[in-house]
Amino acid sequence: MDWLTTVDHKKIGILYLIAGGFFFLVGGLEALLIRIQLWKPLNDFVSADTYNELITMHGTTMIFLAAMPMLFALMNAVVPLQIGARDVAFPFVNALGFWTFFFGAVLLNVSWFTSTGAPAAGWTAYAPLSGPAFSTGHGMDYYVLGLQIAGIGTLIGGINFLVTIINMRAPGMTFMRMPMFTWASFITSALILFAFPALAVGLAALMFDRVFDANFFDPNNGGNAVLWEHIFWIFGHPEVYILILPAFGVISEVISTFSRKRLFGYSSMVFATILIGFLGFMVWAHHMFTTGLGPVANALFSIATMLIAVPTGIKIFNWIFTMWGGSIKFTSANLYAVGFIPTFVMGGVTGVMLAAAPADFQYHDTYFVVAHFHYVIVGGLILGIFSGLHYWWPKMFGRVLNETLGKWTFWMFYIGFHLTFFIQHFLGLLGMPRRIWTYLDGLGFNEMNLISTIGAIMMGIGTIMFFLNVVITNAKPQNAADDPWEDGRTLEWTIPSPPPEYNFKQTPLVRGYDAYWKEKMDGHKGMTPAEPIGSIHMPSPSILPFTMSLGLFITGFGLMYSRDWTFITEHIGFYVAGLGLLITFGSMFLRSVYDDHGFHIEPEELEDKGVKA
Amino acid sequence: MSTHSHAEGHLPHEPEKATLEGRNKVLGFWLFLGGETVLFGTLFSAFLALRHQVLDGPQPNELFKLSLVAAATAILLTSSLTSVFAIQALHNHNVKALINWLIVTVVLGLGFLGLEIYEFYHYVHEGHGFTTSAFSSSFYTLVGFHGAHVAFGIFWISSIIGQLMKKGLTVVTAPKVYVAGMYWHFIDVVWVFIFTVVYLMGKVV
Repeated sequence: MDWLTTVDHKKIGILYLIAGGFFFLVGGLEALLIRIQLWKPLNDFVSADTYNELITMHGTTMIFLAAMPMLFALMNAVVPLQIGARDVAFPFVNALGFWTFFFGAVLLNVSWFTSTGAPAAGWTAYAPLSGPAFSTGHGMDYYVLGLQIAGIGTLIGGINFLVTIINMRAPGMTFMRMPMFTWASFITSALILFAFPALAVGLAALMFDRVFDANFFDPNNGGNAVLWEHIFWIFGHPEVYILILPAFGVISEVISTFSRKRLFGYSSMVFATILIGFLGFMVWAHHMFTTGLGPVANALFSIATMLIAVPTGIKIFNWIFTMWGGSIKFTSANLYAVGFIPTFVMGGVTGVMLAAAPADFQYHDTYFVVAHFHYVIVGGLILGIFSGLHYWWPKMFGRVLNETLGKWTFWMFYIGFHLTFFIQHFLGLLGMPRRIWTYLDGLGFNEMNLISTIGAIMMGIGTIMFFLNVVITNAKPQNAADDPWEDGRTLEWTIPSPPPEYNFKQTPLVRGYDAYWKEKMDGHKGMTPAEPIGSIHMPSPSILPFTMSLGLFITGFGLMYSRDWTFITEHIGFYVAGLGLLITFGSMFLRSVYDDHGFHIEPEELEDKGVKA
Repeated sequence: MSTHSHAEGHLPHEPEKATLEGRNKVLGFWLFLGGETVLFGTLFSAFLALRHQVLDGPQPNELFKLSLVAAATAILLTSSLTSVFAIQALHNHNVKALINWLIVTVVLGLGFLGLEIYEFYHYVHEGHGFTTSAFSSSFYTLVGFHGAHVAFGIFWISSIIGQLMKKGLTVVTAPKVYVAGMYWHFIDVVWVFIFTVVYLMGKVV
């Protein structure tokens, strides 16, 4: 019950981690089923329809329900601590963001258990394939409404982080003293703010097409299918940077800590991050080179895309220069971070190849593209998340993950990853198309697909080893030191592990970049406080975020079946949808009418150790 | 922090920005409006892409009655002015004037909404239904999203009027009033674009 009503950012971070971790397993299972289907030619392990459902749900789950929430988990757990804040700007909204994501995710996955099955039009849901004419049944309805609800959560989460970082930094924490992970979270949140509303409109239009017979994307009624591609990718391309920038932030923190050196070129890192975020919005049409936009558009988007390699290259070199001459410790977290660098470079190089429009006509819709984005997303983002989890686990849970097992996990996952996806570049160059459920014998695809499947199984074993590590670690007592790596540089390492509910007994005074490191170098034991010890105001827990999101879940469910359920009267689905909206708006009304006065923690209660996790 | 200054006489000049919570709300709402801008921008793009696809339905220049739309526009723009008066009353700590101006704003909003509902009703009788063509779908979606925003604003401001009557003007209620005012201006600005892009351009081409 405590977990249903909590508004504490650290607990919400843990909720995001549990939910995101669960959907990571689901998405991984879907991936394994895909790879088992493809391990030999003319396999009939799953049917073609099931295969379409699997690839759609694998992509959707991994992007929206696994990667994003795990990043939000790290951001929630770390960002307020890194800037010396007691909480996020809107704790209530933070909880609401989690619950809307959660109920949206559940709604999407309910589709597996319905008679018409899961969505099967690909994660990009290209119209008119995703429209009512070709995607009959309710699969795509689940996609549209599930993502719509989950998207609300992401959007308000992004606004929350922006306000937190702008308004709630500790005294002395100027923008150019902010840790890189906080910077990355800041830019990511800005991208979320400007990208997700476009997706919301696209999903709403598709929903209108499907549920209310609108004509947005149906060419027979004057609609325009390419319009969907534009709307989807003006969201979808920034989404890639929404995912990767926080991973960049993690890598910057980890490499700097375990090299025992200040991050090389900090200010160039900041501006590179901003530039990547900006350019991320300028390049959406590189997903549409073969759509027929014409040579001028293709050339412009091609050049804009290649430009992104410049700030990314700056970051890569800065990480290498940070390690240069440092006293490097290869902890598990650092293994992931160091492993990230060459992997991401490879993903970036194939990205430049794909950005060349004429070459893209060859690579388009082959496994080369699949290999490219898995190098970026798994080899970039997932390695970044693993690195961050190993690094901040003691701060989040008060226990250090097992290092030996962590290193074994890394090698298992890392080798498995390259085995799976490196070879897919060649499969693509040989012409194996993506999204097909099987292939003929004698095309030269057999051995490479088998190797790829073996690699995928190794990644699966690696993931299980990580969860094993979590279980083993969880059995240990909470005995992590405040600064378990002993080389912590930023504010989160100055407070107990796990931190108390109020984070900082006294708001710290920040005197430079790498605030804690600076105090250590000046021979101080800890931070200088910026305020006297006093009573601390905390927001009270609330069930309303849960009920608001539950209402949206019911609404989505009702809308979908608005035409099917006729057992009492016609259009019963609309009544269900109305009931759901009533719950949501009722909760909003309650929230606005009853003021939350919160509670105070008095100075004499401040000595006890952290929240139970 | 905020507990000692609740009495009306001791309110600071800008009570909406007196507490960290208030400042967070105002900043967060500016950012939210940034997101809303993208939302409406996408709706406008969809409308612009589809506005010539009328199929068998009526053309925009046969359909639109500018006198009706002009009246609706005048009403909504006036309501923006009255919401400014409300914010001025807020800064003068005049709760009574504040509530009255908010009520005027809500009434004008209702007037606008009434005209819009009449307009939609009229169009449907002219054979311009939601499913008639791509033009009609994108028209009702864009204008309807705006109308839904107006309706939400009416509920929201009404609930704030209720809170002001019960609790008076405090550092808790002030940011709510201020933020709702920002929302109302935003709706007005969007309407100016709709008036231009949908109705005026529809009459020309």
